[in-house]
Amino acid sequence: MPEPPAVELVDLRKSFGDVVVLDGLSLRVPMGGVHALLGPNGAGKTTTVRILATLTRPDAGSVRVAGHDVLRERRRVRRTISLAGQHAALDDEQTGAENLTMLARLTGLSRPAARERAATLLERFDLTAAAGRRVRTYSGGMRRRLDLAASLVGTPSVIFLDEPTTGLDLRSRQGLWEMIGELARAGVTVLLTTQYLEEADRLAERIAVLHGGRLAAEGSAADLKRRYGAQRLELTWADTAGYAVAAARLGDRVIHQEPARRELAVATDGSAPHVRHLLDEVDPDRHGVVRFTVREATLDDVFLTLTSAATRPDPEVAGV
Amino acid sequence: MSELSFRPVHATAMIGRCVRLSRRNIDALLTSLLLPVLLMLLFVYLFGGAIQTGTEYVTYVVPGVLLLCAGFGAAGTAVSVTTDMTNGMIERLRTMDVGATSIIGGHVLASVARNAVSTVLVLGVAVAIGFRPAVEPLRWLAAGGVLLLFLLGVSWLSAAFGLLARTPEAASGYTFLVIFLPYPSSAFVPVETMPSWLRGFAEHQPVTPVIESLRALLLGTPVGAAPLRATLWFLALLAVGMLLSAAFFRHRTT
Repeated sequence: MPEPPAVELVDLRKSFGDVVVLDGLSLRVPMGGVHALLGPNGAGKTTTVRILATLTRPDAGSVRVAGHDVLRERRRVRRTISLAGQHAALDDEQTGAENLTMLARLTGLSRPAARERAATLLERFDLTAAAGRRVRTYSGGMRRRLDLAASLVGTPSVIFLDEPTTGLDLRSRQGLWEMIGELARAGVTVLLTTQYLEEADRLAERIAVLHGGRLAAEGSAADLKRRYGAQRLELTWADTAGYAVAAARLGDRVIHQEPARRELAVATDGSAPHVRHLLDEVDPDRHGVVRFTVREATLDDVFLTLTSAATRPDPEVAGV
Repeated sequence: MSELSFRPVHATAMIGRCVRLSRRNIDALLTSLLLPVLLMLLFVYLFGGAIQTGTEYVTYVVPGVLLLCAGFGAAGTAVSVTTDMTNGMIERLRTMDVGATSIIGGHVLASVARNAVSTVLVLGVAVAIGFRPAVEPLRWLAAGGVLLLFLLGVSWLSAAFGLLARTPEAASGYTFLVIFLPYPSSAFVPVETMPSWLRGFAEHQPVTPVIESLRALLLGTPVGAAPLRATLWFLALLAVGMLLSAAFFRHRTT
């Protein structure tokens, strides 16, 4: 029997009152590796993770984690997963070691075994020196590391991280990335939500872009760049009037613009015929554009293309 | 209903946690220990002279002060439950399949432990200022039992308020009821001195049989039906508190 996917969502729907948060989301995340749910605020990332972690009931659709249904086999799902939410859920007035020992006890370990598990995790997350200090005294980065350690006490096979590095400085963020990468190498499937493209690009093998409660696109960072414009053509205009006409002509095909410098960018495959065609299209009189550059697209371009209000989710991709 | 699932290891871990957190929350601990003592001194020395109860006022008022203690303790329970709800701890525990009974039970039993300390403190100070209870271990044990039942009932009910409240401040507001209830009872003044409409309430509210039981058991006077009535009241309140907690827990966490 083939291994079930870590996560399988089919036509997932959830509303809170009149607000539709998830509007038919379908997604499949295979076992192993790091996967990212990327989207702007309000895209439905946190709700998705909460439903996967059995904290929120879906209104409709099927939700399976490691082959188990989140509603009918909730207990099995809970034994398989763990969640590190947006605020590190730890007791400020307990020490790092006490927090972990308590959580390890809750997974059913005996007191000595729980202490040992806590010590191992503290060591692994570089917190041994702070083990005896109350969490109140921890820095933001230390709290996140302890939170990550806490979500590993039960040796889960799938772990959900909801915006794991939000609010951290660059150094702590890199430290945490390192540790998330290690988790995946140790065989845990990680599904994280993030608003940071850099984070998704750097950590995740596969990225699902959420927009308006649906899947806008899915694939590796390279896939997405290729599919939604591998290259971008940056054009600089001689005068403001020409710039304005061209911007109006291109409409929502503009993926980047800087009016002050009379620059705008459109997606291209980078081939000479396509670039020539674009130039003819935006500048038929051949004296408006003074300079052009072809650049590798960034994930930002993909993200902006996919999540701009004018863009409808690609029906081919959204219907996975 | 996995919210009601219960494993002893969960309960012991949660109780250990809540007792440790109580011990470390110095401000709240001092308040819950000192406030009842101060209130007792206030009642005995400030109001006591003007209140005729037929006995030394300190002897009359001790059971009432013990119930005030319990009320403060219960208020603490509501606040700590709300804190867990708002800081994400309950969600972590739920994804670990820890049931509501263990989570809330931990808070309730920590409240009982805090109250055991404050009760001993109040009794100690009371004896120092003239309280002379009867020396009958069995009756003391029975008084402890009635008090424990009262505590469990009001704490579990407060925990339900704690689940309902959106902020710790609101939770503490809800418990006003629990703290206020001993006043319109026979705790501080004999009910005969109250206007008849209030007297009707005071005689039939749940705190009065607890007060009467404690007073009779501690002073060695006949107890009558009071302990039975107190027991029935608080078994009922405990049941209501547990059911409401389970219902609110489901409601607030799905």
